[in-house]
Amino acid sequence: MKKSVILGTLTVAGLAAGMASAATLDDVKARGELICGTNTGLTGFAAPDANGVYQGFDVAVCKALAAAVLSDASKVKFVPTTGETRFTALASGEVDLLVRNSTWTYSRDTDLKLDFVAVNYYDGQGFMVKKDLGVSSAKELDGATICIQTGTTTELNLADFFKENNITYTPVTVADDSEAQRQYTAGACDAFTTDASGLAATRATLADAENHVILPEIISKEPLGPVVRHGDNNWGDVVRWTFYALVAAEELGITAANVEEIATTSTNPEVKRLLGTEGDMGAMIGLDKDWAKRAIAVSGNYGEIFAANIGESTSIGLARGLNAQWTQGGLMYAPPFR
Amino acid sequence: MSELHAQTVPFVRDSMLPQELPPASQRGAVKWVRENLFSGPMNTILTVLSLLVVFLILQSSLPWWLNSVWNANSLAECRAAVQAMAGEGATGACWAVIRERWHQFMFGFYPRGLYWRPVLAFALLFVALAPVLFGDNARKRMILLACVAVALVLALIGVGTDLAHVSFAIVAMAAILAVSHLAPARLIWATLLFPAVGFFLLWGGSVWGPIGVLMGFGVLVAVYRLLLPMLGVVMGTALGFLAACVWWLMIQTHVTTVLHNLMPWGLEAIDSDQFGGFLLAFTIGVTAIAASLPLGILLALGRRSDMFLIKTLSVGFIEFIRGVPLITMLFTASLLLQYFLPPQTNFDLILRVIILVTLFASAYIAEVVRGGLAALPRGQYEAADALGLDYWKAQRHIIMPQALKISIPGIVSSFIGLFKDTTLVAFVGLLDPLKGVTAIVRADINWKGIYWEPYIFVGTIFFLICFGMSRYSMYLEKKLKTDHR
Repeated sequence: MKKSVILGTLTVAGLAAGMASAATLDDVKARGELICGTNTGLTGFAAPDANGVYQGFDVAVCKALAAAVLSDASKVKFVPTTGETRFTALASGEVDLLVRNSTWTYSRDTDLKLDFVAVNYYDGQGFMVKKDLGVSSAKELDGATICIQTGTTTELNLADFFKENNITYTPVTVADDSEAQRQYTAGACDAFTTDASGLAATRATLADAENHVILPEIISKEPLGPVVRHGDNNWGDVVRWTFYALVAAEELGITAANVEEIATTSTNPEVKRLLGTEGDMGAMIGLDKDWAKRAIAVSGNYGEIFAANIGESTSIGLARGLNAQWTQGGLMYAPPFR
Repeated sequence: MSELHAQTVPFVRDSMLPQELPPASQRGAVKWVRENLFSGPMNTILTVLSLLVVFLILQSSLPWWLNSVWNANSLAECRAAVQAMAGEGATGACWAVIRERWHQFMFGFYPRGLYWRPVLAFALLFVALAPVLFGDNARKRMILLACVAVALVLALIGVGTDLAHVSFAIVAMAAILAVSHLAPARLIWATLLFPAVGFFLLWGGSVWGPIGVLMGFGVLVAVYRLLLPMLGVVMGTALGFLAACVWWLMIQTHVTTVLHNLMPWGLEAIDSDQFGGFLLAFTIGVTAIAASLPLGILLALGRRSDMFLIKTLSVGFIEFIRGVPLITMLFTASLLLQYFLPPQTNFDLILRVIILVTLFASAYIAEVVRGGLAALPRGQYEAADALGLDYWKAQRHIIMPQALKISIPGIVSSFIGLFKDTTLVAFVGLLDPLKGVTAIVRADINWKGIYWEPYIFVGTIFFLICFGMSRYSMYLEKKLKTDHR
């Protein structure tokens, strides 16, 4: 009897929470502020600077979205979430969306009732070793000690990879990235494995970066992207197409600097539709005509955001690789704005 | 025989010999070393081993400490500076990270221009504590307050406060010192008002919000006073609390809105998500400590009560809370409560955490206090009854003063544990000084790879605070020691 009452209450509460999230776009507009779930700190992707202002690749997506929806890129509240709290924070309505290096997986998309609306960074798990180990491929790591964060999908990927290649390893489990770096530099492990973007950032900050190499093998697929709740398709559309507007802008050569100029001079019909000078694309997702223009004006198109935060000119120095435009051999492919 | 006689002339010493020093092996450092370090073969071996360990630790870490770098803009610059100072391959501490980010370790994202508010609130905390800490010792209280005043002014100048607020702080502290000197009993008002003042300083907003809450307590006291002669302590308090709740939930907002429209006084409102670092640790720690003690005492009394319902509820609460790890409570605060609350209620995360940490701490305090109650001889209870005191008077005048005195070490160690446990809020995404702020600092590409320095900095501050609490509890124990065991 008592149990059924508790369960009933839970269900009602869950339903109420579900209903609350039914029209996130309206909530955000009414609130005048976008609440964006972010990382507690990940180099290049999301980290507050000395003034407490969040900067990074993921942060730029939230800012563009705020500009599109609220006409003001500064109207974002960043809520730092941990690996444990992120999906519950989203499901319970504490955040409007999550842009927090979360890998799009089958179970998260279906069982956790989330929607991964796009992929803003294609990552994959790699290895870093000291040069004097004389290893040129991850398959030569037989018998190596490997530093690995415990409780992550990287741990499972590692086990799969070594089993598949019929070689052995000794894991040195660490709690977080900084500890992994500490153990690796102290010589507690021969190799360090995590997402390739993290490896690049770590290598860039080593005292003797030239003595370390990142092995060519990428042993997993880690598509990272913005996540919204299941069941609010309009809000999902807003997030998805704001992101694709940034990708399309790069393809069409629209930058933060020239967006105003192109909006008035361009004769390309797709550019005109995107920037709202022809037709009324914004109305279809509940926004005004200039939504994409504002989103692009914040920190530029996808390529500019990439270059400014994690690209080859920054100290992290990531190459575009899979994240290049499809015309450049990458996977960034915005569906047509039509 | 004659020779014998010659030998019998008595020897009489007519002056005192000067005192000789004890033999060299029985005095000074040598004696101390022999007694304490080399008193037997076993101890000699242990001493030599310990010295070896100390030497090895120093050998490996001393260069690191000596090669400290304070001026740099990134870890790479630090490394370059160390290399330039101590040669190729040398390692050194990079305190430049603390120099650049100390304000985030202290205040989190609190706006820089408003640091005077938390600093002032922190100073007022000591003013509020003064009557509690040194209630009967005017000299010590004045010394404490004077030290707080000086430290406050220095700290305010240190965080770059403008002149107006520094002079305001000086005037306020001078007024408090005057009150403390002229009418020490009045200082208790500073203690009672501190929660509202502290809240107003930290969160800002309209001044009428905290005043409205205080009025609620006024309602409580008024109703209690009115009903006390008729209905007694318990019913008086309960109805007073009910009336206060009616005020808080239904009337207060209307009154404060009107007042705010008439007199829009206030400070810039600061969101809870701007709190971080030691500001957050103190906000959670101090609130939870202050609220858990009375709650814990009530729970301990409830557990020893003869009334079935109260006893069962108290036992159930205490055992349930103690059976659950704190981290579970934090996850409940951060995740589960959101599901139960009505949609779109934005019930502040820090407030949720404070409430659950308070409940957690009060269960432990209750058991510590119950230990003190159990240690009292039965005769004390009977003596109180024999004097004709009612339950509450007996508790207040006879039982509690003795029971709490016995419980001091346990209570203080609960407080110290609670204060350190505030770092666990990192797991629900709050910016605690140890893990939260350290993580964001390390996420900056300039400081990625830094490891020991933030830990040592934060650890030192935690140690100083906990050590201070521990020394104070020892002082209190000594002061209250009236038995002759």
